[in-house]
Amino acid sequence: MSGSLLQVENLTVEFRTRNGIVRAVERVDLSVGRGETLAIVGESGSGKSVTSYAVMRILDSAGSIAQGSVMFSGIDVANADEDTMATLRGREISMVFQNPRLALNPIRKIGRQIEDVLIRHVQATHNNAKQKAIELLAKVRIARPEERYDAYPFELSGGMCQRVVIALALACKPRLLIADEPTTGLDVRTQKAVMDLIVELVAEQGMSMILITHDLGLAAAYCERVIVMEKGRVVEAASAASVFKDPQEPYTKRLVRATPRPGVSLRDLLPDPEIPYAAQTPRTESVEGQPLLEVRDLVKSFAPAQSASLLSRFMNKSVAEPARSVDGISFTLAKGETLGLVGESGCGKSTTSAMIMRLLDPTSGSIFFAGRDIGAIPARSFARDADRARLQLVFQDPTDSLNPRFTAARAIADPLYRLGGVTRADEARTAVEEIAKMVGLPHDLLDRFPHQLSGGQKARVGIARAMVLRPDLVVLDEPTAALDVSVQAIVLNLLADLRAELGMSYLFVSHDLQVVRMLCDRALVMRAGRIVEEGSAAAVLEDPQHAYTRELVSAIPHPPL
Amino acid sequence: MALGVKSRLILSRLAQALPALAGIVVVTFILTRALPGDPAAYFAGPAADARSIAQIREQLGLDRPLPVQFLSYVTDLLQGDLGRSISTGQPVAEALMQRLPASLELTLFALLLSALIAIPLGVAAARRPDSWVDQACRLLVTAGVSLPTFFTGLLLVYVFYFILGWAPPPLGRLDLIYLSPPQVTGFFTIDALLDRDFATFRAALAQLVLPAMTLALFTLAPIARMTRASMIQALGSEFIRTARASGLSERRIVYTYAFRNAMLPVVTTLGMVFSFMLGANVLVEKVFAWPGIGSFAVEALVVSDYAAVQGFVLAMAVLFVLLNLLIDVVYTLADPRVGMEG
Repeated sequence: MSGSLLQVENLTVEFRTRNGIVRAVERVDLSVGRGETLAIVGESGSGKSVTSYAVMRILDSAGSIAQGSVMFSGIDVANADEDTMATLRGREISMVFQNPRLALNPIRKIGRQIEDVLIRHVQATHNNAKQKAIELLAKVRIARPEERYDAYPFELSGGMCQRVVIALALACKPRLLIADEPTTGLDVRTQKAVMDLIVELVAEQGMSMILITHDLGLAAAYCERVIVMEKGRVVEAASAASVFKDPQEPYTKRLVRATPRPGVSLRDLLPDPEIPYAAQTPRTESVEGQPLLEVRDLVKSFAPAQSASLLSRFMNKSVAEPARSVDGISFTLAKGETLGLVGESGCGKSTTSAMIMRLLDPTSGSIFFAGRDIGAIPARSFARDADRARLQLVFQDPTDSLNPRFTAARAIADPLYRLGGVTRADEARTAVEEIAKMVGLPHDLLDRFPHQLSGGQKARVGIARAMVLRPDLVVLDEPTAALDVSVQAIVLNLLADLRAELGMSYLFVSHDLQVVRMLCDRALVMRAGRIVEEGSAAAVLEDPQHAYTRELVSAIPHPPL
Repeated sequence: MALGVKSRLILSRLAQALPALAGIVVVTFILTRALPGDPAAYFAGPAADARSIAQIREQLGLDRPLPVQFLSYVTDLLQGDLGRSISTGQPVAEALMQRLPASLELTLFALLLSALIAIPLGVAAARRPDSWVDQACRLLVTAGVSLPTFFTGLLLVYVFYFILGWAPPPLGRLDLIYLSPPQVTGFFTIDALLDRDFATFRAALAQLVLPAMTLALFTLAPIARMTRASMIQALGSEFIRTARASGLSERRIVYTYAFRNAMLPVVTTLGMVFSFMLGANVLVEKVFAWPGIGSFAVEALVVSDYAAVQGFVLAMAVLFVLLNLLIDVVYTLADPRVGMEG
């Protein structure tokens, strides 16, 4: 490969830890040609990010390149001195990071941060740096760049921050751009806008790109070649077109299988689809009788950012209109039904679920749960209400939603003690063991603490905790958003099985339309506090009526199939 | 607009302090009355009989019911009158105005000294955790905080005055052969400089060095530890990785990016350490015969000198409020996010 810009051979990266040396990356070979785009795909812990940090030599102090060579355009990166590397970084190779808000200095104006890079690499002088920074902001399509030059990261949206990070990375027109999960955590439309922008600028400047992602669909849609990594090793290298259609290695096959995509059912995501699928039996449509949950004209408005004191409120008499986060929505949820609530961040879906869980008081409107208007009960006293035990919530982040000082068993037993009237430890233990068996949490894991459990196991603990009281309605707030696809596949199937077994209703809040299609009966699409489309989950995805829904659907990455 | 938001924030902070000050007035009044000891008996002297004590009590107004006493105390207070010390006969406000600058000068100088040593030490330790610099830093701050101030004070006096003879005798703010500079700020060093009297300046500074070192040694630990911790956190954060990946120079990364972010919690610590030092440096003032506010308060407390104790506590409370306000202002200037939420 004489034309290659980056040539990595036999790369092994080791980290010194308390438990000895850990090999994060083992004998990795890869090459990127000039103008080529390569994706590195893998789940958490696969070593994909570490590989890219090694290429830039920005591993933290415990990590080092133990073996192998990294050649970039004739420079031996693995053995280069620090001065050479500092010139290379940002000038020749640059990087776009995950979580753009944290990737920017929080107390420095974004324009100044771009200037720092320009001046460091002698792309501008102190006289014209500001003008060049504004040009760069315009180039990444930030509206009103002169004004935004003075903005701080906290004043910008996530997508906007990512554009700033891209501007930072492209400031010196490098030859290789490494994008490390650049769109994780962003909405699907923002993801599309950011990816389109990156690919366009990369092509325009004739750059090479490495895209690091956990999303095989995204990788195949935006790159020419794909490398799949597992546990620090490269397991497959293929063209983007063939990796989806014709995966060779068992791991790649599992990964392809677990990726939610059109035309598959939940069971198809699992590595072994032979298990009988309870959820595939047609569910009973209990239209007769009253719905389990009925929401009528629900409104939540938040007062505009309150000034610090009474005094200043007198000084500033013009009171702004309160912002309506949820703006008069109505829907029903039948017993045993699963309703998907879809929308981008800020559309009001989390506020809606918080009001239904009675964690927030609605401004107006009513929430009928089993015929009773629970919306009228103040959120403060609902914790002692008899109906509280019939409503449960599964949180988005399986780690942050568990008390780090509780064992799995204690965490699951918590609602029993608080709401279930259980006082004896052995009684709780029996119930915990029963539900743990149902969610597939092995017996010996019950006495572990959250940090001793994997992401998938923690998700199971969160689900078991919500299910232990056998509630009638479970609100699932993006329960799989923080999980790898293979774990997501298992958790989604678990949820479907539990629903069939226990006859619960779900309100499933998600931004992922494919997941909603597979798990839900009906779906609501929310935008700016209002419901813009409602229908069967399959219809909403396959034949969207509203322009906004169509935009959402088309923004889902389309891998070449 | 942004400035408007921030100045309003400052105004409201001041307004929030008023109830706290009112509470302090009530609590110190009650607490001083609850103290064992009778100021009238002390004032009358050991030879006095019951009748003369009662007479003195009447003179001092201590025979009136507590609410009446409180009312007259508050009325005086509102007119700026802190009362008169019964042990010295001096108005409390006057005594405080004399002694407070002495304590402030010592404390500020010590804090400056401490910060100048502790912050660079903390930064150096954070850049190479567990290196020899880090270990040396740990040793120094542990030693500093473990040795009581009266001990380090005496040790410094022994070494630098008694053995080496480098320092002047530890007898207050200025050697007897010098005259106090004309009062402007009350800080002898600054007043001497303003007066262009460099000999007096040097003499005042020489008196200041040993007690300031004593205090500084004791306060190295919280400042250095906080600098180290917040610097380690800042250096490990994601925006530093971005800065490294952009090839920014090490100096820019460490000082412009990491240090400015790490300074925010350090500013808070500095404020806390300062207020702690101001109230707690009695021992240092005693060792160096420093005519400060701490020794004044202890002496007043011993003889149940109500007016003096109340005046001292109130002065400290006002200082605390002003100090916290200053920290808030520094924070608002340093961190653009402050004042936007809330």
